[in-house]
Amino acid sequence: MTITEKILAAHAGRESVRPGDFACADVDIALGNDITAPIAIRELEAAGIETVWDRERVVLVPDHFTPNKDIASAEQAKVLRDFARAQNVTHYWEVGRVGIEHALLPEQGVVGPGDLIIGADSHTCTCGALGAFATGVGSTDLAAVMATGKVWLRVPESMRFTFTGERGRWISGKDLILHTIGEIGVSGALYRAMEFTGPVIESLPMDDRLSMCNMAVEAGAKNGVVTPDAVTCDYVKGRLQRDAVYYESDPDAEYVETLEWDISGLEPVVACPNLPDNTRPVSELAHVHLDQVVIGSCTNGRLSDLEVAAGILRGRVVADGLRCLIFPATPTIEREALERGWLAVFMDAGAVVSPPTCGPCLGGHMGVLAGGEVALATTNRNFTGRMGHPESQVYLSSPAVAAASAVTGRITHPDEVVG
Amino acid sequence: MKGKAHVFGDDVNTDEIIPARYLNRIDPEFLAAHCMEDADPEFVARAAPGDVLVAGENFGCGSSREHAPIAIKAAGISCVIARSFARIFFRNAINIALPIVACPEAVEDIRPGDQVEVDPAKGELKNLTTGNAFTFAPFTKEIQDIIAAGGLMAFVKSRMGG
Repeated sequence: MTITEKILAAHAGRESVRPGDFACADVDIALGNDITAPIAIRELEAAGIETVWDRERVVLVPDHFTPNKDIASAEQAKVLRDFARAQNVTHYWEVGRVGIEHALLPEQGVVGPGDLIIGADSHTCTCGALGAFATGVGSTDLAAVMATGKVWLRVPESMRFTFTGERGRWISGKDLILHTIGEIGVSGALYRAMEFTGPVIESLPMDDRLSMCNMAVEAGAKNGVVTPDAVTCDYVKGRLQRDAVYYESDPDAEYVETLEWDISGLEPVVACPNLPDNTRPVSELAHVHLDQVVIGSCTNGRLSDLEVAAGILRGRVVADGLRCLIFPATPTIEREALERGWLAVFMDAGAVVSPPTCGPCLGGHMGVLAGGEVALATTNRNFTGRMGHPESQVYLSSPAVAAASAVTGRITHPDEVVG
Repeated sequence: MKGKAHVFGDDVNTDEIIPARYLNRIDPEFLAAHCMEDADPEFVARAAPGDVLVAGENFGCGSSREHAPIAIKAAGISCVIARSFARIFFRNAINIALPIVACPEAVEDIRPGDQVEVDPAKGELKNLTTGNAFTFAPFTKEIQDIIAAGGLMAFVKSRMGG
């Protein structure tokens, strides 16, 4: 079996499962946010279900439209807060403590290797980087899980992606996943599991693994997963509030498709409007002028992302007329960036530093685009109107390309700025 | 169910079905008023109750927002017919009992404004304008049980009570 099949079998109380099987699985962690959970709460109330199955395993994160962007959002955040209090939910964070859910949960040790994680947010697949099965669902699915602690899942076929060769100076997990989506397309892994393996992945830091699994859904996948190893053990040590269970794929595990790429010489990758699979090497896009650069999100708002950005922006300034927005993903990350002097670097460069929120990634608030404007973002989607006006455009890249481009005002290879 | 076809392309995403600027509300009528707004601003004005929405590959890709199928259902669309569906949208539609049909051959045949008749239970679809008829595979038993119960929460409740 693959690692995905093993985790599903274990949670379904079965010796084994095969792709295509339906499994009724026990859920370790159920996640909702200020946009998706209010509908789930309404569904629970309509069904007359008064208490959640396990208050320590229902996780509620007000991260999308917080700090409240308007009265309607404030009302939704209040629905979440009132429910969390009434149910005495253990894992609820108020503004000031809250971060972007897919960065916050691994950081705080709420999720770990071997877990089965169901979240009413499509980027729940991020946590597969820990060697867990994590997948996004909608609000009614979340309501059912909150009621019963169980979920029906069809066991996905697995695709294996093997990365070999030398990872270049500016090549991050974001470049690897953009490359992958560019190769297979936005429905290239539809309903499937994406398993990332090979020597490049084995030496890849956890932040980059999280970026990769985060965008598995942009290829249509059910989940992304990395086999837990020493990097995983180091990451969860001192964080995880439960025992980790480590799974790995059997040598004879079956894959519906296997792809292998030697990434030596790969250029930083940029996804052009209006789909994440519309990828090009950064050097082909030097003519694209930018109105806004966004560095942050559940994809790339972690400490190492800010470190790369600070390294490039130190002693430099943001291009005239360009707005550079930096969104640390959690308060712990923001605090650490403060201690290390990076927030001062950003402010000296003329960038603005925001509190942790999903904010502009989904065109929510704090950086919405006007008609005709062009942004480069380290986020995960560049659909029509994703970041604001339907006639605005979004390009996607790594933090290194985003920071370099903020300096020049157009899409730029980091080498051009750093030398 | 029978209605006029509104035709869209591949990879219609949830940001187009219901843009995030409207996710600060959950009432179905409000969401319906902005359904498909960023793909076709005139859609809501043209759509009549019972009409069908037709699309290509990977319909509903992107976010997990259940606001998307809720908006489509509340806009009066009786059925979504596509070549394929993104997985979270597929689950969400089943869970709220919005009929969806994967039938690439029918998508190939249907043009904007065609009259289409669908019987999901029988797995039959007719383009009344061209006269062509199509069949599609019925859902698996697991999914049919959810639909028969009237949606996921009703299904869950019946099992919790039992």
